[in-house]
Amino acid sequence: MVRNSFRLIILVGLLVIFSTLVWSFNGNNELNSLAQFYTQQENIEAVNAANLVSAVVVTYRGFDTLGEVTILFLTASIIGFFLKKKLSDTQRKEVRESSDILVTASKILVPVMILFGVYVIINGHLTPGGGFQGGAIIASAMVLALLANPHMKFNHQLFNVLESISGVSFVLMGIAGIVYAGGFLDNRILPGGEVGTLISAGAIPLIYIFIGLKVGSELSNIVGNLQVTQNEQ
Amino acid sequence: MEYISMITGFLLVLLGLWGVLTQKNIIKIIIGFSIFDTGLHIVLVSIAYLRGGTAPVIDKAVKVTEAIEKVVDPVPHALVLTAIVIGLGVTALMLVYALKLYQNKKTLEVQSFNDLKW
Repeated sequence: MVRNSFRLIILVGLLVIFSTLVWSFNGNNELNSLAQFYTQQENIEAVNAANLVSAVVVTYRGFDTLGEVTILFLTASIIGFFLKKKLSDTQRKEVRESSDILVTASKILVPVMILFGVYVIINGHLTPGGGFQGGAIIASAMVLALLANPHMKFNHQLFNVLESISGVSFVLMGIAGIVYAGGFLDNRILPGGEVGTLISAGAIPLIYIFIGLKVGSELSNIVGNLQVTQNEQ
Repeated sequence: MEYISMITGFLLVLLGLWGVLTQKNIIKIIIGFSIFDTGLHIVLVSIAYLRGGTAPVIDKAVKVTEAIEKVVDPVPHALVLTAIVIGLGVTALMLVYALKLYQNKKTLEVQSFNDLKW
């Protein structure tokens, strides 16, 4: 009873706080000064990315993104450590065969999903999307393939190599920004091109490709680790 | 428009917190955390909204010269992108911990994990 009233007090208190927040929010009629800096013409033309969110994520706040990628890497490593495959002979749990509909559909859908993921990664500086989203789409294609074929073997070695190489390249691109341009992760190390074309925005497409590879292989690794554990029980 | 999404977001936060505080099953607690997360993302995006604004992407509809008057604030969008990825990592970790707890005790009820209770 005491515990329940505590919960009620916490929830009602938060409700009061939130309602005052909503009450005092008046909506925006113009951008604040920080957003005006990011959206004024000379800064758009300096970065040359049509997707302003990508410009913020990869260039202005690229260091944040590096931290984010590190956190994802840390998560994948911890999960791999926890679900390490036991060395004893693996007695496989009998998994029911997947239905024909799922198997057939996955044969058609998995390549299309991977292609769509690649499309989202490559167009990250032009349209809504980018490395994280495309990587997640590729990983969900892996999940579908795994659902259709529960005994599929993942090549963890390949994923690990891919992930390490793309992570190192990401940091090297950042350091190249210090040497050849204005600072860490500056995208002007490559020619800017014209706003809105596929080859533009300097280093942003390259960095997004590395992020996409890294995120895709990390998430696929997590899924593969979970699959190994499921087969062991 | 922004009020609807902001109120929805805050209600989702409260709903998720209620789930975390009252549920007994670990999987349900994790679902509560996810709903909490989603609510916060919706609130952040609603703060970014500008009346009459459009998505911060330069194309035929939004010229480079007039972007400053037409687009919404891109910064909260970038922050939400970060927050979604971190939320994914946290959820995956919580699910793996739940898996390990289940392997130890063969149950997911939170009351049965009382080894450190005194």
